[in-house]
Amino acid sequence: MKTEQPKYKNSDVVDFVIVGSGAAGGILAKELSSNGFSVVVLEQGPYLTEKDFVHDEIKVLQEDLLTNHPKLQPTTVRKTPQDKAKQQRALVYGRAVGGTSNHFTANFWRFHEIDFKERSKTGPISGTTFSDWPISYADLEPYYSKVEWEVGVSGLAGASPFDPPRSKPYPMPPLPTKANGIIFERAARKLGWNPFPAPMAILSQPRAGRSACVNCGFCLAFGCEVGAKSSSLASMIPLAERSGKCEIRPNSYVHKIEIDDRGRATGALYFDEKRNVHLQKAKAVILSANGAETPRLLLLSASNKFPSGLANSSGYVGKNLMFNSSAVSVGVFDEPSNDYKGFAVSRILHDFYELDAQKVGFYGGGGLDARFDLTPIGFGLGALPPGSPRWGKDFKAALAHNFTRTFEIFGHGTSLPVEDNSFSVDPDLKDAWGLPALRLTYKDHPDDLKLAHWLADRSTELLDAAGAKQKWTFPIDEQQFGVHLLGTCRMGNDPKTSVVNPDHQTHDVKNLFLCDGSSLVTSGRGQPTMTIMALAFRAADRIMALAKRGELA
Amino acid sequence: MITELDRRNFLFGGVAALGATWTAAHWPSIVAAAEHAHHVALFPEDQKWEFFTREEAKEVEALASCILPSDGTPGAREAGVVYFIDRALVTFSVDDQKTYRQGLPELQKRVAELFPGVAIFSAATPEQQIAVLESLDELGDKTAAQRPQRLRYRTSAAQPLFETLRVHTIAGFLIDPEVERKGNRGGVGWTVIGRELGHSFQPPFSAIDKGYPGWQPANAIHVAAAQDSEKK
Repeated sequence: MKTEQPKYKNSDVVDFVIVGSGAAGGILAKELSSNGFSVVVLEQGPYLTEKDFVHDEIKVLQEDLLTNHPKLQPTTVRKTPQDKAKQQRALVYGRAVGGTSNHFTANFWRFHEIDFKERSKTGPISGTTFSDWPISYADLEPYYSKVEWEVGVSGLAGASPFDPPRSKPYPMPPLPTKANGIIFERAARKLGWNPFPAPMAILSQPRAGRSACVNCGFCLAFGCEVGAKSSSLASMIPLAERSGKCEIRPNSYVHKIEIDDRGRATGALYFDEKRNVHLQKAKAVILSANGAETPRLLLLSASNKFPSGLANSSGYVGKNLMFNSSAVSVGVFDEPSNDYKGFAVSRILHDFYELDAQKVGFYGGGGLDARFDLTPIGFGLGALPPGSPRWGKDFKAALAHNFTRTFEIFGHGTSLPVEDNSFSVDPDLKDAWGLPALRLTYKDHPDDLKLAHWLADRSTELLDAAGAKQKWTFPIDEQQFGVHLLGTCRMGNDPKTSVVNPDHQTHDVKNLFLCDGSSLVTSGRGQPTMTIMALAFRAADRIMALAKRGELA
Repeated sequence: MITELDRRNFLFGGVAALGATWTAAHWPSIVAAAEHAHHVALFPEDQKWEFFTREEAKEVEALASCILPSDGTPGAREAGVVYFIDRALVTFSVDDQKTYRQGLPELQKRVAELFPGVAIFSAATPEQQIAVLESLDELGDKTAAQRPQRLRYRTSAAQPLFETLRVHTIAGFLIDPEVERKGNRGGVGWTVIGRELGHSFQPPFSAIDKGYPGWQPANAIHVAAAQDSEKK
């Protein structure tokens, strides 16, 4: 529910302008404003509320109610820098107050200790910029707990033998166990694996004025109409607004960060809904626009002082993009499991989090979950076994039989950072505002594809052990489209090989901070939002400490 | 019609109260939709079409009915799919207008080629209709070799009529019946695929999770399993 917010003038020099109101931006807005700083959040998309979150698959998926629109914001795609990019949809991200956290699945795994120091353990991998993080799991642990308690995560501490250490239990018990979770659990245990209740950013109990999950079944790709999904919109934005120090300004599309003669950021230039241009002045600027739009904005902000793009002395802005590797296997069972009811996932396993490269022949690791994340039309269009009839009596019979008896095993895994894999600006194509469009360059590292196949093989074993009557795996192709947008302005101590320092401060511009998926150094095992949120809580502490020491002036 | 206040009360009324509240709030609209579907199935003369002519609408209804036939359970006809498509073509699928307007006369040509003397698709026998569609389904028997694709609803214009119609029919059959798109009347499409109507459910969701005792640590299970195997 919207509360009254302060209205700042463009000419007011607010303490912080934050670009983006998603997983990271929402948390930063809440933390900074509730600690007394004045904040303006500039969000590209509209300010939707729970009543807008309908279950209309056309409105959400065809008309892009919650996401970037391919007609207004076209993109181009190529595999290597030598190729000419073709116009094609490259990504989906949340384009509304709350960002991608409105429509995510809400799988909320913490990264493990290994994710932060894997390069040291593994050694160099050719063709990659694989690096350790400048911070450790221990540095981030208190902030993971903060996400669980303040944003709202359901789960069971100690249930996985592979879980990293934690300072607090989960604030809420796990969500109910779905039939697919039970089938997954039994089969995995037959195979000697260790399934456990999935940590999910969905409330299993009413909390902080928000409803518990009502199991509507429209979760992935949809916004939550009862506020049970722990999006920034449901959890953080209301607190930021209640601080009395934060203005959320929707329909504000930032296209340039202004820089003064001293090389300091002075504010953000943006289009309002009518495409008039304004400059919001600020003492410091934070970009949380996601792993595609943050680097794009830096590249669009090139100037005489910063000819290759703002904060890009390393040349790493937009590079080292990681999408996470994945594989989806599907099983059809005899007995109805009705997995269309409820959130997507109730059981996962982490037995393969860290694979032995010597044994499997490639670098990587991942996790498996059991899920049903298809809504009815999506099921009708693409979830019958290969070779099924596509129309007529038998097609209808197959839909009627399979809808309640189908679920998926989803393998999520690492991506290696490859310098050429990137978001950049297209030299020719423009968006509806006349700005250079995003261009994706991506070719999976061979190890990422090997991992996806390996995870699919484990999923198939699991489906066999579970007694699936039919099973198949969707083809594992080189990725030319992404939703996890990671690593494109990576964090590091060395200004030559990173864009931000461990305080999320750009190496080049003292009062410019970047915090979102772009900050990640490694990809984790496929569930980045929890870590993006933890980083945002930590970044807020670091930025406030700098501000209090007068180091942003 | 459910008011916004009803909706909010429903959403925040707590899980325990949902079943009865939900049914009470929605039953009238479900009944109304079903009655409307029955009524419009008669194709009244005064039906206002948003895009189709009356003749086109009859053809499209016959086509959709081949994609999802009425064969003991409701099909595209009972779900009002033709009304969904008619509305789609002036809303989210404006780009597909040409596909229908040019595709339907081509379809009629195909009908006449295959079955001389039959002028329009809707006048053909059910067997003839299936034969016509088989001739239009370019993928046809090759589906076994097709790569499975994990799709969500997203069409692109410039597909042949058959493919566009297939996607529209599935969407019109399975769309949330509560949204204003005129599809899935009375929720019959969801009922056919075994999806209970409504947007709120409580566990147990199926017989499988009904008696589930809850998660237990693996070692407890492993000990029990070891004892079991000793017994054997």
